[in-house]
Amino acid sequence: MQRAFDTILVLLGVVTLVFFLGAVIPGDPVDVMLGEHASSADREALRAALGLDQPLHLRWADYLLGLLQGDLGNSLVRSRPVADLIAERLPATLSMALAAFGVILVIAFPLGMLAARYKGGALDRGAAAFALLGQSIPNFWLGPMLVLLFSIQLGWLPVSGRESAASIILPAITLGTSLAAVSMRMLRSSLLEVLEQDFMRTARSKGLSRAQAIYRHALPNALLPVVTLLSLQLGALLSGAVITEVVFAWPGIGSLLIDAIRQRDYPLIQGVVLLIAVGYVLINLLTDILLRWLDPRTAGEGGQG
Amino acid sequence: MRLGLVVVVVWVVAALAGVVLPLRPDDIDLHAMFLPPGADGSLLGGDELGRSLGARVLAGAGISLLVALASVSISAVLGTLIGSVAGYLGGWWDRVISRLIEVFLAFPGLLLAIALAAFLGPGIGNVVIALSLMGWVGYARLARNQVLSLREREHVLAGVALGRRTPGIIRLHLLPLMLAPILVETSYGIASAVIAEASLSFLGLGVQPPQASWGSMIREGVRYLLVAPHLVLIPGVALSFVVLAANLLGDGLRDRMDITSHNRR
Repeated sequence: MQRAFDTILVLLGVVTLVFFLGAVIPGDPVDVMLGEHASSADREALRAALGLDQPLHLRWADYLLGLLQGDLGNSLVRSRPVADLIAERLPATLSMALAAFGVILVIAFPLGMLAARYKGGALDRGAAAFALLGQSIPNFWLGPMLVLLFSIQLGWLPVSGRESAASIILPAITLGTSLAAVSMRMLRSSLLEVLEQDFMRTARSKGLSRAQAIYRHALPNALLPVVTLLSLQLGALLSGAVITEVVFAWPGIGSLLIDAIRQRDYPLIQGVVLLIAVGYVLINLLTDILLRWLDPRTAGEGGQG
Repeated sequence: MRLGLVVVVVWVVAALAGVVLPLRPDDIDLHAMFLPPGADGSLLGGDELGRSLGARVLAGAGISLLVALASVSISAVLGTLIGSVAGYLGGWWDRVISRLIEVFLAFPGLLLAIALAAFLGPGIGNVVIALSLMGWVGYARLARNQVLSLREREHVLAGVALGRRTPGIIRLHLLPLMLAPILVETSYGIASAVIAEASLSFLGLGVQPPQASWGSMIREGVRYLLVAPHLVLIPGVALSFVVLAANLLGDGLRDRMDITSHNRR
């Protein structure tokens, strides 16, 4: 209950922050729509039509009421509802985020488990080096480098766009690598912690092989922090998608956001930012619920702190 | 850690060199267009307008250092202050500030900085504002947790009993003990500020042309990936090295100061 109330409060804060960003901007939406040379009568008429002559708190209430009905306002430049524009682009972003999530799982799990299993060995040190590099190389550089190697030099994959099924491979790797590095480190340290526990010795002493013990007893216990991290990373995937989409001209909400910023289409900017933030908050809420279901021990922790 | 220190020193020297040396990073020389590195006595070659890539990389080092230092110090001071107040005063202060922190944390990664840059407009000053408003939360959360665990310590209680006021308690009794974890956080903060500035500039929301930033150099260079990959390769290597170094420095400091909790919820 408390958690749900907190979430609503946070969502309200997020909406308010995004609303005020739009309300206190130096430029005026009317300038964007009419250009700099419009007559002042036209300006005033448009301001009244948009409700911009109303006091701030009334506009805020209007915005909030509209949101509750799924109304994100109208685009200034494309004169269409923002919600429709976002709905058109969302599938592309979600498919890329999902593919990147797959990349994270495919890299992080085997590597994290091997690094924990052979702690201090060459494999572990290699994994640590990969993790450090993955965290340090920015998306917008990794992307072009992958294009240079796989599309231009080797000619295996398309450079950009979303024409064929293979188009998604490079964006997914670009977006997923840095997060895979973080997840891998997390899984490794989480596994190492679990391996020290008493029940692991019990599992071995009852005759399980080391691999069986890791797979059946250590992994399920080590997964809890990793699940939390993965859900936090879904948010990072959504915001990281903005840059990756620009690199690969991927037609999702990220490139929509950047186009909107270039055209000063403020309602559209607000709509995309709001969608990502609200999506992120809700994913975190769902994760909390999932964790409670996976691990009854955490049930009591929500109310404190 | 040693490698990290070396690279950070190189970064600072490069940034200073960009200011001190008589370089002309914005001068157009059509003879040097797409000049490959090493040709014609030019160390790093020329870009699509024949501007010296070496001079531009040094200028970019200056920009990234400036933005990182400014935004990290603003967010560290602001965040530590706000977080300490929340942790020490508790009650309504803590509740309001904690909710505020949660609202800011609802914007994953760069999203808040992108949104702020979108509404503030481009430029170095606005990038610093955007990154500071994005960055303070981490320090606030850290400082709040630190103060919560420290405020019942005996030397703090003694200070209170002796009649010292709250600002004095925070400054003399709490802050010195919080410095180590904040320093570690600052090191990671520099890594993320450097990436964030470059990302904003890459998106066209940060440093504006003709001024050189590693991010905007990559943005412009991507168009010529086929003919002159060094336009993307060189600034990217510089950027990745600096971020790697700051991360290594953070890891080293954390191990040395034996701090296990780094920025986890």
